[in-house]
Amino acid sequence: MSDNTATESIIEQVRSAAAAKTPLVIRAGGSKDFLGRHTQGTQLDISAVRGIVRYEPTELVITARAGTPLSEIEAALAERGQMLAFEPPHFGPTATLGGTLACGLSGPARPFRGSARDFVLGMKIINGAGEHLSFGGEVMKNVAGYDVSRLMCGAYGTLGVLMEISLKVLPLPAVESYLHLELDAESALTDMANWQRDALPVSGLCYDGDRLHVRLSGADQAVAAARRRMGGEPDPRGAQFWEHLREQQSAFFTSAGDLWRVSVPSNTRRIAVQGKQRIDWGGALYWLKTDASAESIFTMAAAAGGHAMRFRGSDRDTVFQPLPAGLLALHKRLKLAFDPHGIFNIGRMYPEM
Amino acid sequence: MTEHHPSHQNHLQRVRAQSGLAGALLTIVPASAIIASDESLHPYECDGLSAYRALPLAVVLPETVDQVQAILKLCHARQIPVVARGAGTGLSGGALPHSDGLVLSLARFSNILSIDADARIARVQPGVRNLAISDAAKAYGLYYAPDPSSQIACSIGGNVAENSGGVHCLKYGLTVHNILRLEILTIEGEKLVIGSEALDSAGYDLLALMTGSEGMLGVITEITVRLLPIPDRAQVILAAFDDIEKAGQAVGDIIAAGVIPAGLEMMDRLAIQAAEDFVHAGYPQCEAILLCEVDGTNEEVSEHIASVRALLLESGAIEVRTAVDEDERLRFWKGRKAAFPAVGRISPDYYCMDGTIPRRHLPHVLKRITELSQEYALPVANVFHAGDGNLHPLILYDANKPGELQRTEEFGGKILELCVEVGGTITGEHGVGMEKIDQMCVQFAAAELQQFHAVKAAFDPEGLLNPGKAVPTLHRCAEFGAMHVHHGKLAHPELERF
Repeated sequence: MSDNTATESIIEQVRSAAAAKTPLVIRAGGSKDFLGRHTQGTQLDISAVRGIVRYEPTELVITARAGTPLSEIEAALAERGQMLAFEPPHFGPTATLGGTLACGLSGPARPFRGSARDFVLGMKIINGAGEHLSFGGEVMKNVAGYDVSRLMCGAYGTLGVLMEISLKVLPLPAVESYLHLELDAESALTDMANWQRDALPVSGLCYDGDRLHVRLSGADQAVAAARRRMGGEPDPRGAQFWEHLREQQSAFFTSAGDLWRVSVPSNTRRIAVQGKQRIDWGGALYWLKTDASAESIFTMAAAAGGHAMRFRGSDRDTVFQPLPAGLLALHKRLKLAFDPHGIFNIGRMYPEM
Repeated sequence: MTEHHPSHQNHLQRVRAQSGLAGALLTIVPASAIIASDESLHPYECDGLSAYRALPLAVVLPETVDQVQAILKLCHARQIPVVARGAGTGLSGGALPHSDGLVLSLARFSNILSIDADARIARVQPGVRNLAISDAAKAYGLYYAPDPSSQIACSIGGNVAENSGGVHCLKYGLTVHNILRLEILTIEGEKLVIGSEALDSAGYDLLALMTGSEGMLGVITEITVRLLPIPDRAQVILAAFDDIEKAGQAVGDIIAAGVIPAGLEMMDRLAIQAAEDFVHAGYPQCEAILLCEVDGTNEEVSEHIASVRALLLESGAIEVRTAVDEDERLRFWKGRKAAFPAVGRISPDYYCMDGTIPRRHLPHVLKRITELSQEYALPVANVFHAGDGNLHPLILYDANKPGELQRTEEFGGKILELCVEVGGTITGEHGVGMEKIDQMCVQFAAAELQQFHAVKAAFDPEGLLNPGKAVPTLHRCAEFGAMHVHHGKLAHPELERF
């Protein structure tokens, strides 16, 4: 299918669905099917909307269609010594760029390099009226109009069909190095907080309950100096540790039971829930394996000034942190502004929207 | 309406409206916080873009969030337009008053509420000056990264409204990358918390949507910003070129080599000369200079400075100087930072443009600007945030010469259209405001503008917040006559042409 044919076909399907008010479920590789609330409708397959449109290494910009496999994009960047700095998890070999951005997923490097939405420069989308629209662009600085492209990031496809995405990319670090330190939780959290107050070349800080894992990325001498300063042991299996953390492949993640993601201020220091936990993002992200009730986790997350999400589990109804009434009403009005006929991924984030 | 004295009649109506509004405001704030007579309103008639002026009905300077809330409820009930204003340093007329509306000044919200060094955040009120945040954070070894050139005076609330950048944004990002949480009031006076002190929040990314929304969606009453550790060391290199194209190429070479400089600035011959005459920074006489600053740990800086130096020499620089100490580093920057006032010395007036382009099109764009400069008989000095493609051509003119401002604006408009033509944007960091509203018709198709209006309506259905700014009506685009031709079709053929 040619690029134009693929786009025209999506527009056609959206317009028919809008006319008939039949809900659509937007999907490409299906690697994120497990995320978010259940949604029902006719499948809108965008896997034919694929391919890298433009890649300008000296401009630090790549533009690709939403259905392009994430692995294809990462390979093209690596060939020119660059990367997606937000380190997106794939959760399977079929992951696409569109799904990654729609879910707004960022990996362990996020607190140090920025999130998926931070790197979005522009998007082409199809709104609920079947209009093909372009927002932002391929330049680093752009304040013309509202920032609709970044609004799409993490909206789980409820506001529009992502068609084409322009991202800022960064050079791969010259050197990557891995350490671990055996510490109790209190000392690990203190170290993480202190190190983040210094300008160190850190790209990962995760506490697994026994060890504090450190990833350093940057110029050769800078990484060497940081290693001397931080102490600990070199970790020969460090590369695998960080990949397993990002892709949730370690035993902690694959064990039975619900997995919760709790995003909190980095100085939270403690999330008191029975069960097991991993502390990533230098103290700002808690992964919980717990049977505690959704209500108790939401209450605890809100009290800490953050929010929780049931990332993996059998209950696909209670997933996201409830929104305060005023914000929920605003969300519903925004949903209507983009999807007036209510056809895109209905209920994927919150009921009836 | 009296047929013989319409202006007198209008004046009476205006005075009546002013006293009515002032009376209602008096139930919320003391008289000292209200300005409602035309004679006293002049300081508020424009922001940093003085070419556009209008007197509001009144200005109110509340001191508490409860007062702001009551004022918004009042304006909503009476359907009075509201223009929020910070320090008034904006360059696009975003804070230009509405002649039937109220200017809501947030200047008295000037407190830093807290700094949490462990969490690396600061909670501030919207009227706090940008630089005051870094000054206060310095004691903890931290700073606030975005540094617009007006950072001594501009307020953080205005920075959020415009998504301000600065010379360090290639590495450290814009305002949108450096804030975590906002407290806002809707036009109905409803208080909303957007974002959180965590790195992300439940629901849509309203923090991104609010940033750069130019006071169109809500009134910001509190901001939580992210602070960064002050780098151990910063070092700057100055390179001279006999050809601006080579300088542009060198920028691409540095980035392709895997170095992300903290700042990467370019100036052309006229800008160099003006700066040199003004502050004597010791710049070489040449076609273009590049200033490249790298920062980080001591080791990192040494490594990067060595590779940048080698790259600049390879890419044809006729001279490369590395600042030997902090004094020399500041001297190198002095000329760049003084570029605008320096140009102000050699011309009665100047008009600062703000387009962004994909950097590879720099030679073509500069060539076209030179041609346009000859066509309009108006000189241009170019100052360029080269790292991120943000171009600031300064058009030199004399407002006292009849027709020259109009010619300048037309010339400026052409430059912005040129930016769009090569895949760039009409505004990199100054915002659309009133200034570039017509060029929005060039950058966006009708359906895209309509989508913006729908977003606006989700927050402010009656269009009372900063009406007439940032997003043009389709009718206005038809009048402007320079519509975006999308997929070979005219965007809105249903509209009459003028």
